[in-house]
Amino acid sequence: MSYIKAENLSKEYGAGESSVTAVSNASFEIETGEFVAIMGESGSGKSTLLSMVGTLNSPTAGRLSVKGLDVYRLGQDERADFRRQSVGFVFQNFNLLSYLTLVENVMLPLATLKASRREKQLMAYNALERVGLAEKIKRLPGQISGGEQERVAIARAIVNKPPILLADEPTGNLDTRTGRLIMEFLRSLNDEGVTIVMVTHSMEYSHFARRVLHMSDGMLVQ
Amino acid sequence: MTLRDIAVNNLRRRKMRAVFVLAGLLIGVTTVVTLLTLVGAMKNDINHKLEMYGANILIVPKTENLSLSYGGLSLGGVSFEMQEIREEELEKIKDIKNAANVAAVGPMVLGPVNVKDQRVLLAGIDVLSFQTLRPWWNIKGKIPEDDDVILGAEAARMLGLANGSKFTMNGREYGVSGVLEVTGSQDDGLIFAPLTIAQSVLGKEGRISMAEVAALCHGCPIDEMIRQISEVLPGANVMGIQQVVKGRMVTLNHFQKFSYGVSALVLFVGSLMVLVTMMGSVRERTMEIGIFRAMGFRRSHVMRIIFYEAGIIAGVAGILGYTLGFTATRILLPFFTESHQGHGVAVPFDPIMAGIAFVLAISIGLAASIYPALLASRLDPNEALRAL
Repeated sequence: MSYIKAENLSKEYGAGESSVTAVSNASFEIETGEFVAIMGESGSGKSTLLSMVGTLNSPTAGRLSVKGLDVYRLGQDERADFRRQSVGFVFQNFNLLSYLTLVENVMLPLATLKASRREKQLMAYNALERVGLAEKIKRLPGQISGGEQERVAIARAIVNKPPILLADEPTGNLDTRTGRLIMEFLRSLNDEGVTIVMVTHSMEYSHFARRVLHMSDGMLVQ
Repeated sequence: MTLRDIAVNNLRRRKMRAVFVLAGLLIGVTTVVTLLTLVGAMKNDINHKLEMYGANILIVPKTENLSLSYGGLSLGGVSFEMQEIREEELEKIKDIKNAANVAAVGPMVLGPVNVKDQRVLLAGIDVLSFQTLRPWWNIKGKIPEDDDVILGAEAARMLGLANGSKFTMNGREYGVSGVLEVTGSQDDGLIFAPLTIAQSVLGKEGRISMAEVAALCHGCPIDEMIRQISEVLPGANVMGIQQVVKGRMVTLNHFQKFSYGVSALVLFVGSLMVLVTMMGSVRERTMEIGIFRAMGFRRSHVMRIIFYEAGIIAGVAGILGYTLGFTATRILLPFFTESHQGHGVAVPFDPIMAGIAFVLAISIGLAASIYPALLASRLDPNEALRAL
């Protein structure tokens, strides 16, 4: 059985004649531990598809199941629980909170966890150490480089060890060298068994994935 | 990092918004505390004065005759043809429901006696209870013991007696232990002797002409006490001496209602300030809330963050509001009462009022944050993140 299975996923924004179809009848399967890249030009619907896989964006049609569970049949709170337990997000703009230190940013997903402050700090420290930022944990996001911010975003996504990592253009704002380092890190995570779905428009970085899905005008193409 | 830490961090980051919310609640709580404490202190002041008035309930025998006196001027001898109450009957007052509010019961026997060929009214009193019933009495001399009496100022002048003088009354000699300073009342013309002595002189052993009762009115309904005493003393007329106090209480009750109205209005405006500021805060944090929701925060988690923020500010507003209100009352009270310059009505720390202020601040802070919290929790995470 596939780990993630999308069946005819569609997403339309608006209604009537002014409606815009962002994703149309997307069907695919992703196995446990796969590293899949979704490629396509800007506006092709790849970020919308990723947000639907991440249960952030309800499809207007179709079905998405994860480990056989139809996630869009869950209530809002159950879906939030699913995200908290199973999905880590890496956003294109990092989305770090500027007023929190790096360690505090990484601890955010643990805020609802019933654990001591010390345990949470240790988990966040370990995640930051994994991305090579253990020495900068007290800094604010504005005090580090873009590549480092991306690494903090990844640390935040993996701090509670989710089995699925969704990354939306993780290298979009980075130079080639830093982008490559990030991709190598994602690859190492995948080697450890984390299922990764990444949106990118870069052919170069798509080679780090084991499989590439191409999108054009909201549809998956071979 | 906990939800509370997130709230505290946000408060630190958005200090001006926190100050606005604090100001809204602070004004409301301070106003409520000031007005309620002020009204309470003014009531205490009136009660204090009421106690200073001495007797406020009068017990006289029931009679079918109309009193033929007016303004202290007696017309004829009807005043002396009075019926009496048995002294032991007064014991029943101890059994009424509000007996705890009775500060003193002063039996009095009245009757005419001849002193130095003049007819004078002798009043037998319970000397100890009259210190409570006549707090304004200033006796030049001592309170009477055994065969001593005290004289009203006018009686002493008319009889030519002074402190230490001896005189004969109904064939027996008595000493003057003290003379009252002028009271401006009918007490000035009386001879006061201990009750048993007077009863013996007047031949009215075990009987009294009237009784005065001092009821402490702090929270006790005088009308109700009059009714209770009337029930246990069916043969007596029980009357209240309370018109002045009643008038002042009515005024104070109007002020109290006005205070409630003003408090409610200020609290409403304060809660609107909280609502508007929290709404602004939520809108400003759309992205942040979107990130929280994407990370798997439940809607209730987001609401809890908003409530923590409001609760923390409201708690501070409750404590500061009570302190400010308490201080304001102490400053304002002398302008609202006559009891200052050393005789001021105390405004002690009131833990109940402090508790009310705290609970009120928290309740209003949280209630005014319900809608902003709901708004925050209903933010679509995807829409919030797309808005970046």
